[in-house]
Amino acid sequence: MIGLSHYLSVSAIIFSISILGLMINHRNLITLLMCIELMLLAVSTNFIAFARYLHQPAGEVFVFLILAVAAAESAIGLAILVLWFRQHHSVDVEQLNRLKG
Amino acid sequence: MISLLDCFFYSISSMLVASSLAVILVRHPVRAALFLVLSFVMAAMLWMLLEAEFLSLVLIFVYVGAIMTLFLFVIMMLPAEESLSWKKWRGFPFALLLFALLLSLLFYMLKHSLLLGASASPADTTSTYTNTQAIGHILYTQYALPFEMIGILLLVAMVAAIMLTFRGRRVDAKGQCINKQVRASKQDQLKLVNIPSEGEKG
Repeated sequence: MIGLSHYLSVSAIIFSISILGLMINHRNLITLLMCIELMLLAVSTNFIAFARYLHQPAGEVFVFLILAVAAAESAIGLAILVLWFRQHHSVDVEQLNRLKG
Repeated sequence: MISLLDCFFYSISSMLVASSLAVILVRHPVRAALFLVLSFVMAAMLWMLLEAEFLSLVLIFVYVGAIMTLFLFVIMMLPAEESLSWKKWRGFPFALLLFALLLSLLFYMLKHSLLLGASASPADTTSTYTNTQAIGHILYTQYALPFEMIGILLLVAMVAAIMLTFRGRRVDAKGQCINKQVRASKQDQLKLVNIPSEGEKG
């Protein structure tokens, strides 16, 4: 019998994998954005599992909101990426050091 | 005894984990994007198992249909730049250690959570229950304000994306000249000529 903890385990694994991806692909900005999408997917799976097993349809509404925010985030992120590439001809994260942070 | 549903769950989630591993380990960005599409489809099937039909189809429409297409367009606009191999990176063992630490922490919390013991059974749904209706009912009543705000957020994001990438009109761009169009009269455009028809000659 599949329980709530099974779904939570799967999303924990996906979340950790995407954290690992953020650390090992720290050069390419596009791959970083894809890892963030994967992270949001894991969180949404958590929300849906809780919504179903705790009898709360509000959790699914939050997944709806997360999808919209993720769409906005990736649209603006990719626009900034294209803009950066036009000026510097590279999307290497190592060269994103204009603020000297 | 393993039921059919359990079989579905285990095969889908193992493919989800495998494809998301492929997303982070594959070096070419186009292949990573395609593996990301595969993991979105697998996650949509997982959500279908959780009886969230509406969101699972929305995930496929929005992510596979729109966002991943956007990603692929941007990847193909930029030159094919393979990311550095993670095998050569010196920090990789440290990253793996952090990964193991995070995963074990999450599983520890999962094991000792108070929420999990109390509710083992999913909501038993009747045959008249539809997921879309349930979401719509709560979305348009209790969560109407966040719903409106998300619409404004999407509008702002669209305006921002256009403003960021819009480079102004070209000098030689062709376009409408509206006042000329309005001032045009019939006499300027139209000239009536009398041509004898073929029949009158013969």
